[in-house]
Amino acid sequence: MAFMKLSSPHATRAGDTGDVMKQVILACIPGLIALSYFFGPGSLLNVMLASFTAVACEAAILKLRNRPIGFYLKDYSALVTGVLLGLALPPYCSWWVVVVGTASAIILAKHLYGGMGYNPFNPAMVGYVILLISFPVEMTQWAAPRTVLGDDQSLVGLLNGLQQIWLGLPVDGYTGATPLDLFKQNNAQLVDDFYAAQPLFATARWAGAGWEWVNIGFLLGGVYLLARKIFTWHTPVSMLVTLFILSALFYDGGSSESAGSPLLHLLSGATMLGAFFIATDPVSSAVSTKGRLFYGAGIGALVFIIRAWGNYPDAIAFAVLLMNFAAPFIDYYTLPRTYGHNTSRRATEKSE
Amino acid sequence: MTRIWSIPGGVHPEENKTQSLQLPIGEITLADEMVYPLSQHIGAPASAIVTEGERVLAGQKIASAKGMISANIHASTSGTIVAIEDRTLPHPSGMSGPCIILQPDGKDEFAEFEACEDYLALERDQLVDKIREAGITGMGGAGFPTAVKLSPRANQPIDTLIINGTECEPYITADDMLMQTRADDIIKGTLLLAHLLGKPARIVIGIEDNKPKAIKAVQQAAKDTDVEVASFPTKYPSGGEKQLIQILTGKEVPAGTLPASIGIVLQNIGTTVAAYEAVRFGKPLIERITTVVGRALETQRNIKIRLGTPINHVLAEHGFIPKNASSLIMGGPMMGFALENDGVPVVKATNCILAPSQKEFPEPTPAQACIRCGMCAEACPVSLLPQQMYWYAQAEDYEKLEAHNIKDCIECGACSFVCPSNIPLVQYYRSAKGTMRQLAIEKEKSDRSRQRFEFRQERIAKAEAEKEAKRLARKKAAEEAKKKLEAQKASGETPAAGNGLVANAIASAKTPQASPEEQKAKLDRALVSAQSRLEKLQQRQTEADQSQQDKLAAQIKQAELKLQDAQSKLESFSPEQISAPAAIDPNDPVAAAIARAQAKMTMAPDEKLRSNLESLNKRLKKAEEKLATAKADNADTVDALQTGVDKLKEKVATTEKELAELPATAAPAAVSGEEQDAASAAIERAKAKAAAQASMSDEDKLRDQLTAMVTRLQKTRDKVETAKADNADTLDALQLGLDKMLAKQQKLRDQLRELNPNAAELYDAPQADDSVDKKPAESEPDAATAAIEKAKAKAAAQANMSAEEKLRDQIESLEKRLEKAKQRLQKAESEDDENIDAFRAGVEKTQAKLEQTRTQLEES
Repeated sequence: MAFMKLSSPHATRAGDTGDVMKQVILACIPGLIALSYFFGPGSLLNVMLASFTAVACEAAILKLRNRPIGFYLKDYSALVTGVLLGLALPPYCSWWVVVVGTASAIILAKHLYGGMGYNPFNPAMVGYVILLISFPVEMTQWAAPRTVLGDDQSLVGLLNGLQQIWLGLPVDGYTGATPLDLFKQNNAQLVDDFYAAQPLFATARWAGAGWEWVNIGFLLGGVYLLARKIFTWHTPVSMLVTLFILSALFYDGGSSESAGSPLLHLLSGATMLGAFFIATDPVSSAVSTKGRLFYGAGIGALVFIIRAWGNYPDAIAFAVLLMNFAAPFIDYYTLPRTYGHNTSRRATEKSE
Repeated sequence: MTRIWSIPGGVHPEENKTQSLQLPIGEITLADEMVYPLSQHIGAPASAIVTEGERVLAGQKIASAKGMISANIHASTSGTIVAIEDRTLPHPSGMSGPCIILQPDGKDEFAEFEACEDYLALERDQLVDKIREAGITGMGGAGFPTAVKLSPRANQPIDTLIINGTECEPYITADDMLMQTRADDIIKGTLLLAHLLGKPARIVIGIEDNKPKAIKAVQQAAKDTDVEVASFPTKYPSGGEKQLIQILTGKEVPAGTLPASIGIVLQNIGTTVAAYEAVRFGKPLIERITTVVGRALETQRNIKIRLGTPINHVLAEHGFIPKNASSLIMGGPMMGFALENDGVPVVKATNCILAPSQKEFPEPTPAQACIRCGMCAEACPVSLLPQQMYWYAQAEDYEKLEAHNIKDCIECGACSFVCPSNIPLVQYYRSAKGTMRQLAIEKEKSDRSRQRFEFRQERIAKAEAEKEAKRLARKKAAEEAKKKLEAQKASGETPAAGNGLVANAIASAKTPQASPEEQKAKLDRALVSAQSRLEKLQQRQTEADQSQQDKLAAQIKQAELKLQDAQSKLESFSPEQISAPAAIDPNDPVAAAIARAQAKMTMAPDEKLRSNLESLNKRLKKAEEKLATAKADNADTVDALQTGVDKLKEKVATTEKELAELPATAAPAAVSGEEQDAASAAIERAKAKAAAQASMSDEDKLRDQLTAMVTRLQKTRDKVETAKADNADTLDALQLGLDKMLAKQQKLRDQLRELNPNAAELYDAPQADDSVDKKPAESEPDAATAAIEKAKAKAAAQANMSAEEKLRDQIESLEKRLEKAKQRLQKAESEDDENIDAFRAGVEKTQAKLEQTRTQLEES
């Protein structure tokens, strides 16, 4: 009798790409909880809207490209892009900001390059940067955390939030600066005095009220993913270590010229989200473990450089995109040493 | 405790080893038909030594190894050979190949095996021969002939023998069973192999720690021996040859080499036992232990099975349920291959027959996009980047694949196993490797033909260069001649130009010969090429392997001889040969012109004479033959022929004499004019004329000739008269001869008239002459003479002209010549004539002359 002709190996490990993506989404939960606790339901609303837009765009484009929609949607990659972009956007920003950003991410950054697995740039970060450059005002307004609200203020509620998002009605407590923003604007005070003067820092333990916990939330999620071996430690650790070393070098004891303490850099802004959820995007990062060390270090260095001396208060998106550019180059020179070879080769080697 | 190294990567698939370990090793009935593929091992297929209809016994050799890397095949039961035909092979490709088909008779009679009690006393070669004779090959999967592995090169001493009891593939327990049941034989076999390899310092049996019973049994048996038993953590693919070496020694086998290069030989547990049985009992490899497993079977166990048993027979004996089966695999789930057809037989390397259910191995899901997650790179035991190799394999970028060390991929399947996108990575690599092998073969082919082409181009270029060198030499000679001409002009002799033209006319009528410079250059080239050939050969000899040494040595010897020859030739090419042309008095232009022409012509005067002599001899022979025939027939031409023969003999004698006297006489082969080519005739005449110019008394020779002819003619006429009187039958022949002579005389007279219109010999009574050959190429001397006449006339005219007029005249004629030469060159170019170089040189020469003359004119 005849049997099916298959190529070895015949056994495979259970699980598929969709499972990997689901793990990533799951790991976002601690950070999302922290965001919602300190800033109200804004981020959750962002995430939901962005996820919906992302999946809708993905389905539409797959339809246009005559691809099996169900098969590709099941890899959850669009959902991941939507979730990550939703987390990165300011809470209560207008709905069209979210939609434009997500649509750009899915359509421009992903499908125009060939879809899943072929995009050279991190789609969520492309969406984010498009928004940041196009709508700087909307993108730099951030809600105030619950700890700095005055007695007459209350955290934005669901209804208020929806009104703000859909109708553009202003709400209470919607101030407008992040710790990194504030710190960037400081040019006269010693760091200690500045911290004491600003409620955002005064009510915080290390690096800005709410923000430090959000970062710790994403750190927890990242550690979970590491434990599940969704990615290796190389990129995030190398990025965080570089950022730590550079900020420690340029802290200069907290003078008015200080570029900020290591704690501020590690636990503020999108550092942890970037380190564990953005920089680890496998499609657009370097491939070998050695390469990922360089790739992570590059992101860490760029983040610090842009934060300290650039025009933007936070820099994860730019740093990641810049290193996405460099990833193929890094790949060429960081091949591992193969069994039976004395040295590692280079991908640029030509056979004679 | 043995030190254990770790290997990178690796995976932990479900082991699934327990189900086949529940029952003891079983045996099954003989099949109705046994199939023995002639190629069940790596290397050349064996060749059948039985014929259809022949009865064979179990253990009888039915196919013998062909070549170094090959293995014998034995019948595994008694029966009749019913066919030798192509059957589907147990091979990943599902291809067909020649198989011996045996129909068992059920008696299962064994051939006599030659047991050997004290085998360690035997010579090593004898032992290896026994193993080779028994057709033992590696039983772990690859099937490399064991005897070959046991004969390492003398320059690669073996210090470590590793026996592979790892069995890291899931499901397979054949080696585990073997170790549990036959640990003593394993140790004996191990010691035997160690003995064969010259007692390596370290003998180690490596077993994964998921086989505690086997470890215990082997440890027990290995007590009080030098054999070390090492257990190490279970991880796939620890049992790969290279991986096990790394685990047990920490060393890596350098890429592209065999373990023997670092002093290690690795053998499979099953092979060890088979080798022991072959040496101790003389038993060939006709059965093995195979795991029959999978949930599509009712019974899962290990069986001792005769090689050649068709798989469907095995399945039938184990309660195979076809509708449950998802596929049928020979080997393990990681590296085994799916069989399309269950009619293929169990062969030497079949360690497992896996019949999984659909639940066990569901149909693979379609591959998703690669997200470069890198899980494959983490799983890779040889530190490759599978995800990159996948991209490059898709893009067919073989250069990048090569740089990514795709050749070091062991196809273990760990990458495909972990891939979350279910991409059949290994299949991509296999295909890419196959294409690369193909490309390498094609490249080698094309390299070879390119080399051939380049050599050819080189050869052609060399020939061109030689031509060019000749051309340059000619040009140089021409320039020298021009210088001489100038020197003459400088000496102020007016006739110089005119006689120069005469000389030119003479020279241009001549065929150029290789000048001494050219000859020397040629010899130089020969020397250089001989030297370079010798060097090349010597270099190749140092690189070549032993088999080619002798051949090359002979070639070198030859090249050396050639070189010597070339050197000696060059040495003997003495300067006097170069300066062969006689010194010429520049003050005597006529003499100079003649001498020059002579010098050129007599470059090898003896040769010319010799060839004359030869042709004369030929003619003589022919004439003699004719004479003989005539005599025999009593023909009336006998007399005439006789005369001819006599004349020829005389001529031969003269030529011989001339040849003998040659060194003494600087003169050319004088007046045997009719054999001379047109040029020499022209020279003669020019000489005569020149002499006549000087003193009008030197027409003697022609006159002599004519006189002689007159005499002869007279004689012939007399003969004719006599013949007429006698009414002899030779009359016609004589008359014919007479007519011819008259014609000849007329011609000679014409010639003489040209030289001297007043010669007395031109007016006469009847004359006769037969000293001149009947058929010289008449028109040529005439043309040459005409040219000389023209040149002479010009010279005479010039003599009366002023220097300026003369120059103008010259320029005019040169311009005309240049025009003509250019036309000729154009024609040559359009026709791609091979004389194009000569034409070009001519144009250049003429142009140079023209320039020169113009300058002279201006100066004057």
